[in-house]
Amino acid sequence: MSIPLSWYLLLSVALFCVGLFGVLSRRNAIAILLSVELMLNAVNINLVAFWRYLDPARMAGQAFAVIVFAVAAAEVAVGLALIIAVYRRRKTVVADEIDLMKW
Amino acid sequence: MTGAQILFLVCAGLILGSAVMVVTARNLMHAAFWLIAALFGVAVVYAILQAGFMAMIQVVIYIGAIAIMFIFADMLTRRDVRESRAQIGRNWPVAVLLGLLILAGLTALILAQPGVGRVAPALPSGLDPVAALGKALVSPDAYVLPFEVASVLLLSALVGAVYLAFLKKQ
Amino acid sequence: MTFWNDPIRFAADWLRDLLTGWGLAAQMTDILLALLGALLLITFSLVLAIFLVWVERKVVARFQDRLGPNRLGPFGLVQPFADIIKLIIKEDITPAGADKFLYNLAPVLALASVLLLWAILPLASVIYGVDLNVALLYLVAAGALGTLAIIMGGWASNNKYALLGAFRMVATMISYEIPMVVSLLIPAILAGTMSVRGITEAQGNVWFFFLSPLAAVIFLISAVAELGRAPFDLNEAESEIIAGFHIEYSGMKFGLFYAGELLHAFTFGGFAALLFFGGYGGFFGLQNLPAFAWLNNPFVQAPVFMLKALIGYWVIMWIKYTMPRVRIDHMLAFNWKFLTPLALILLMTTAVLDRVLDGSNWYVPGLFLSNLLIAWATVEILRAHGRRQRKAEAARVGTGCAQAGAPTAQQ
Repeated sequence: MSIPLSWYLLLSVALFCVGLFGVLSRRNAIAILLSVELMLNAVNINLVAFWRYLDPARMAGQAFAVIVFAVAAAEVAVGLALIIAVYRRRKTVVADEIDLMKW
Repeated sequence: MTGAQILFLVCAGLILGSAVMVVTARNLMHAAFWLIAALFGVAVVYAILQAGFMAMIQVVIYIGAIAIMFIFADMLTRRDVRESRAQIGRNWPVAVLLGLLILAGLTALILAQPGVGRVAPALPSGLDPVAALGKALVSPDAYVLPFEVASVLLLSALVGAVYLAFLKKQ
Repeated sequence: MTFWNDPIRFAADWLRDLLTGWGLAAQMTDILLALLGALLLITFSLVLAIFLVWVERKVVARFQDRLGPNRLGPFGLVQPFADIIKLIIKEDITPAGADKFLYNLAPVLALASVLLLWAILPLASVIYGVDLNVALLYLVAAGALGTLAIIMGGWASNNKYALLGAFRMVATMISYEIPMVVSLLIPAILAGTMSVRGITEAQGNVWFFFLSPLAAVIFLISAVAELGRAPFDLNEAESEIIAGFHIEYSGMKFGLFYAGELLHAFTFGGFAALLFFGGYGGFFGLQNLPAFAWLNNPFVQAPVFMLKALIGYWVIMWIKYTMPRVRIDHMLAFNWKFLTPLALILLMTTAVLDRVLDGSNWYVPGLFLSNLLIAWATVEILRAHGRRQRKAEAARVGTGCAQAGAPTAQQ
C-alpha cells in the first residue's frame, strides 16, 4: 500500500467536479441524476479512503459509505419516478421545459 | 512506481475518462453505460483500499440496481426528446468555470493539509472488516441510529416512488 | 505435502521452483502462476461447457421422448464439436443500425460474468480460485454483470423484440434479486460466514438443506429466474418475441450466449450443492472418522462436487423442459406477493431460531420443523385465498359455472 492518501482525495475532487459540471450544464433531467451519482461516488471514495488511512479499526468511514449507498438508491428511485411522472404529463425530460411553477 | 500505484493510476484514468464521457455524451444510453464503467472503476479503487465489502456492494447496488434503473428510465422516455436537441445547456461556460474553480480550490486545500502524503497503516491483525462493519452498523454505541434512519429513508423512498410512478386507472 | 493431498499447490510449487531456478524474479513468478491458474480454471470451465452442450441435448431428448444426438462418435459425444464448427463458419452479422461496440461487447460480457463465478467455486477443500470473505455478494455482483450484458445486447441490437427482451430482463432481475439475496443470507447466518468454503465446511455434519429446505427451494426458483430459463424465460420467449435479446446475434456471438447460459445453469447447480447440499464434503460426519479419512482427499471431493452440481443442473433442466412459460405479470406478482414475503419471514425465523437454539439438541429439528411450519402455513393461506377467489368467481358467473372459472392462487 504505497499510495499516498492525497491521490485518493485528488481523484475524489476531480470526480466531484466532473459531476458538478454535469449537474450544472446538462439539460436532460436523467442526465442530471447521472451526474449526481458521480458526485456521490466521489464522496464515497473519500470516506473509504479515510477509513483505510486514518483508523481502520473503527468502521466510521465504511459505515457512512453504506449510508451514502442507501441515500443514493433512495434518490434514484424517487428521482426517476418523478421524471417518469413528469414525462407522462408534459412529454419532456428537459429540465428547462419543466417550468409550470415558474412565474 | 509500484504495481499498486500503476493499478491506481489506470483506474483513476478510467474513472475520470468515463465520468467526462457521462457528462458530455450526446446519447443518454451511452452516458448510462459510461457511468457503469466509472462505477466499476470506483469498485476497483475500493478493492485497492482493501474494502472488499464496499467493492461488492458497489457492483451490486450501483451497477446492478441504480445504473440499470437509469437504463430503464432512458428506455421509457422518448428518444427524440433525448437526442434531437442540444444536450448541454447555454450556461455551460459558467459550469466549467465553477467546476474548475472548485477543483483548484479543493486541490490547493488538500495539498496544504499536513499528513496527506501518508501511506496506509497495516490493517490490525485479526480484524475482519466485514464482521466489524456489521457490528458497527447495529451496535447502539456505534452507528445504529444512522443505519435505522437510512432504512426508514429507503422505505419512504420505496413508497414514494411507487406512488409517483403509479398509473392511475381511469 | 504430496501430490495426492494437494495437487494444485504441489504443481504450483514445482513450477515456482522451476521458474525461479531459471532466474525469474519471485514477484514475477507469482504473477505468472496466478495468471496460469486463472487460465487453467477458465479452460476447464469452457471445456466443461462443450460437454454440457452434449448433456443438455441428450437430456432434453430424453424428456421429449427422443434419442438426441447419436451419430457422431460414441453416444453422439463428438456432436458439440460439429456444432462449434457450424457456428464458426456461419456469417457473422452486425445489424446496420446496431451500436457496434456495445453489440459486440455484450456476448463477451455474458460469458465473462459466468466465468467470474468460477473464481469462488471450490471444487475441493484445496482446489479453489480464491476464498473471498464476501463470496455470496460476489455471486450476486457477477449476476448483475450478466444481466447488464443482456440489456446491452438487447438495446444495442436496435430491434424492437430485442429491446422487449431486455425490458423483461430488467423487470425480472430487479425483482428476483431480492429473494435470491435473502435465500443466500440464510446459509450465511447458519454458517456464520459469507465465504463459500466456510459455508461448505460448516456442513460437515448436516447439510443446510435439512436446516432450511425452504431456503433451498427459494434459491432454486430465483436462480432459475436469474438464469432466464423456462418457466421464467420471458426475456427470450420464442413464441412471443421470437428470441428476445439475442435475436440479431449469429454465429459464434450467439454461441457465446448459448455456452454462457449452459455454464451458468451448471454453475448455479454447483452453488446450490455448495450452499445447501454439503458441496465437496458433507458426508454427515463420516469424514471425521479415521477409517473414512480418504473422503477428505481432493480426488474424492472434486468428483463428488461435480456429481452434486450435475444433479443440480439436471433439476434445473427438468424444470425447464417440464414447465410451460408463465406470463410476465404473473411472474412479477409471484415474486412480489409470494416469494419475497416468504423469504423475509423465513430469514427472520431462521435468524431468531439460530440464536435461541444455538448449542441445544433441538437445533436441527427445531429449524427443520420451523421450515415445515412456514411451508404449511403458506400452503394453507394460498388454499384459502384460492377458495375465496373461486367462490367470488362462481358468484359472478352464476351457479353451475364454478368449475369453469377457477383461477388458482399464484403458486
